[in-house]
Amino acid sequence: MAKEKGYKELAIGGLILEAGNAAAYKTGGWRTYRPLVDKDTCTNCLQCWLFCPDVCIDVEGGKMVGYDYDHCKGCGICATICPVKAIKMVLETEGSVDADRKGCFHSKKKG
Amino acid sequence: MQRIAALTGNEAAAEAMRQIEPDVVAAYPITPQTELMQKFAQFVADGIVKTEVVLVESEHSAMSACVGACAAGARVMTATSSQGLALMWEIVYIAASTRLPIVMTVVNRALSAPINIHCDHSDSMGCRDSGWIQLYSENPQEVYDNVVQAVRIAEHPDVLLPVMPTLDGFIISHTLERVETLADDAVKKFIGEWRPAYPLLDVDHPITFGALDLQDYYFEHKKQQAEAMTRAKEVILAIGKEYGKLTGRGYGFFDEYRTDDAEYIILCLGSAAGTVKSVVDELRNRGRKVGVLKLRVFRPFPDGELARAIGHARAIAVLDRAEGFNAVGGPLAPEVKSALYKKSDADVCNYVYGLGGRDLSPVMIRSVFDDLAEGRADARQAIHLGVRE
Repeated sequence: MAKEKGYKELAIGGLILEAGNAAAYKTGGWRTYRPLVDKDTCTNCLQCWLFCPDVCIDVEGGKMVGYDYDHCKGCGICATICPVKAIKMVLETEGSVDADRKGCFHSKKKG
Repeated sequence: MQRIAALTGNEAAAEAMRQIEPDVVAAYPITPQTELMQKFAQFVADGIVKTEVVLVESEHSAMSACVGACAAGARVMTATSSQGLALMWEIVYIAASTRLPIVMTVVNRALSAPINIHCDHSDSMGCRDSGWIQLYSENPQEVYDNVVQAVRIAEHPDVLLPVMPTLDGFIISHTLERVETLADDAVKKFIGEWRPAYPLLDVDHPITFGALDLQDYYFEHKKQQAEAMTRAKEVILAIGKEYGKLTGRGYGFFDEYRTDDAEYIILCLGSAAGTVKSVVDELRNRGRKVGVLKLRVFRPFPDGELARAIGHARAIAVLDRAEGFNAVGGPLAPEVKSALYKKSDADVCNYVYGLGGRDLSPVMIRSVFDDLAEGRADARQAIHLGVRE
């Protein structure tokens, strides 16, 4: 987290003078539940990408490849909308975000 | 070169607006402000000014349109009264906190209920803590002078706050008096060109107005706003002085009338000062040491300056043209009392007068001075002057 500015350094009236800086505001800390996707079940239909209100679904080459955990607030919309129930929500306190990295796992390997 | 004309308070404000020629005016008619905007709209209809007049369906929209236009980079003005100002309420705060230098003339009128179209200060006093600079005028001349200066004060880079010049409804707004006005180009030169630092329409430098400001930054922005109000004091004095050089009519925070050696002083706002001055003259002729201080600038409140100006008095009566419903008195008296706290031994008492346009007569003012001289003024609760038992 960047150091917060004092009142003398801020633009007046709450103005934001640089465009496109919303990405710098990391909202991942708000999260209670973290989404995890089972890539063996996932069909890459991208409905999660379509419905995510925070643009947190990473897509590469037309495939869902994980989550942007810096900005995902853990709302669970992706898990609710997933037609094949490939996404589960786990408590943020379970395991670690670092270990989950991109939020994907393979159920076959695990089981 | 100044011109002399017979103008009502509303006409004086409209004349100042014609000379200022703001980019945008969004307004809704309400008594007793209607005549003001009617006159200005006539100037626009006649092609004398190029202002874009936005006709809206309510005062809430009027202030909203002003906020939008000002954020876009325009020089913006409006005017209102009473319920109209009350309806603007939430946007009045947004204008100040977004630091938009809008100038809005408020023609003071009582707030409902019951419905009353006549003068008191309950409307502008209702938004005394909204972050607007407030200038009160005694007569049409001061209305004109305050409106012209308001533009300069609001747009000063050290200030950037909206300004509310006020005038007493009907008593000033509809009374014809002698008014000296500047030449058009002198006003244009005095106010200069408005160059906003961050106009929203500057598409090469996109910015955001009105973003979310939570626990991490809201407090800092309020501190900035409070500091701007403090800095405004110096700016108001400098501009009042400069205006004095131009017109011979200089302005400060207040107007002291025979207060230097006065033992008993009345402090008031707006048109009441004229009547009090004439009673002061009359009583002075009879050897009574009385004076009047007319407060022009209510926001920012000139507390230290006020204490220095009237702290020597034995007793001071603060006249409030609004009831505060705090079981103590009007909104002006507590501010005067706190300004004098530990700086003066004067007794300060409070009179609420003239609600809903009730006349303030010389007889009443004499009775106030008598109360002060004879130690009869109740120091705690306000006396309602001229109310029937």
